[in-house]
Amino acid sequence: MEVLDVAIIGGGPAGLTAGIYASRSGLKILMFEKGISGGAANTAPWVENYPGFEAIEGMKLMDMIGAQARKYVEVKAGESIESLANDGNEFIIKTSKGEYRARAIIYATGSVHRRLGVPGEGSLLGRGVSYCATCDGFFFREKKVAIVGGGNNAATEAIYLKKLGIDVTIIHRRDALRAEESLQNTIASMGINVIYDSVVEEIFGEKKLEKLKLKNVKTSDISEIEFDGVFISIGDIPQIELAKELGVGINDDGYIDVDRTQRSSIPMVYAAGDVTGGFRQIITACSEGAIAANSAHEDLAKPYWI
Amino acid sequence: MDEELEEIRRKRMEELMMSAEWPDGPQEVTDQNFEEFVSKYNVVLIDCWASWCAPCIRLGPIIDELAGDFKGKVAIGKLNIDENRDVPMKFGIMSIPTMLFFVDNQHVDTAVGALPKANIEQTLNSLL
Ligand SMILES: Cc1cc2nc3c(=O)[nH]c(=O)nc-3n(C[C@H](O)[C@H](O)[C@H](O)COP(=O)(O)OP(=O)(O)OC[C@H]3O[C@@H](n4cnc5c(N)ncnc54)[C@H](O)[C@@H]3O)c2cc1C
Repeated sequence: MEVLDVAIIGGGPAGLTAGIYASRSGLKILMFEKGISGGAANTAPWVENYPGFEAIEGMKLMDMIGAQARKYVEVKAGESIESLANDGNEFIIKTSKGEYRARAIIYATGSVHRRLGVPGEGSLLGRGVSYCATCDGFFFREKKVAIVGGGNNAATEAIYLKKLGIDVTIIHRRDALRAEESLQNTIASMGINVIYDSVVEEIFGEKKLEKLKLKNVKTSDISEIEFDGVFISIGDIPQIELAKELGVGINDDGYIDVDRTQRSSIPMVYAAGDVTGGFRQIITACSEGAIAANSAHEDLAKPYWI
Repeated sequence: MDEELEEIRRKRMEELMMSAEWPDGPQEVTDQNFEEFVSKYNVVLIDCWASWCAPCIRLGPIIDELAGDFKGKVAIGKLNIDENRDVPMKFGIMSIPTMLFFVDNQHVDTAVGALPKANIEQTLNSLL
């Protein structure tokens, strides 16, 4: 069996950029993406902080990065990595479709949406509960929705929904939004309501979502407010299961532990992007992907630990 | 006795004809042909999607594969919710991708999200 220099797990911004750099440096690589390439950034309504583009839809930007990567890398889309092992020489990679061997691994597995974990969230999924404004905003035009969260993604999604003609209320557990100031200004100027210091305790609805039960964390007051939908944007959970299989070090926050060169605790294993925590953006994911590929290239040529 | 044989022969013919005209890959379903499609086959899966929905596009290749794997057993249709408003409204769809499952023209199950192939296979097998 042909042995790859590097197997890249995940085809989001981090993986795609790692692919471009690794391949251009002459390494033999394959990229595995369990869904479609582009990752979480595919669901960004628009991106206004990726240099070179004043404003671009997330899916469009990722299509462009994906097309560029495919010039160099074969992307195995729809092929998820199921298990990883090390036989002392190489990594053995079992995917949903076959088996491969590689001398180095780059984890770029990103993260999945964090759930609120309140009653009604699961049972009303798809009937008012959503984690993707660009997917489902369409169904709530001229209706009333809540966005739970206070970061950049929540703010961008709130603005996106408001522009669709939806009555939007942000529900945030702190007394100020975390989103960057330019987004906060837009929120204020568009007249998007914000309910501060409040958490969702329960989601009610018979056939579809009808109302939310909120608790004010300062006063402990309980209130019930009618909504047609709720979009949950409270951050993400890194995808570290595969990394654990190899025994890669995980930090206290639950992300893969890497140094500034994206090397993990295990030789020939690197990680990049959201799965490593820190500032989780497209530009940083790309940057880390490039660095990870460069480190892999260096180590394949001249292992630092020998 | 003869009648019974005749009945069996007729059934076989029907089955043969069905498999001969079984569609290749998922079929485009619209508000207009929805009822006809769902009533024509015993077990039907309708994938409701839109081009601007990343998880829908992620589910696409899985739906294509399932249409091949279950050919002759489950008829699979794709309904673009951007172009067809009636069916999504009727089934109260508020999130995509949503998969609707039908048996003998009855709506029996709904699944929301880009689920792994194994989960969808499991549901389909349970309906066969
Ligand atoms: C709504 C929203 C709006 C956003 N807006 C912005 C913005 O305006 N600007 C900005 O800079 N950032 C934005 N972000 C953040 C940005 O999308 C992420 O930081 C970025 O996508 C992280 O890239 P990544 O490559 O690390 O991970 P991801 O994009 O999550 O990609 C990881 C990929 O790995 C794949 N994968 C996981 N496990 C496996 C496996 N076992 N086998 C094969 N494949 C696997 C996944 O399917 C996925 O495609 C936004 C995010 C969201 C959700």
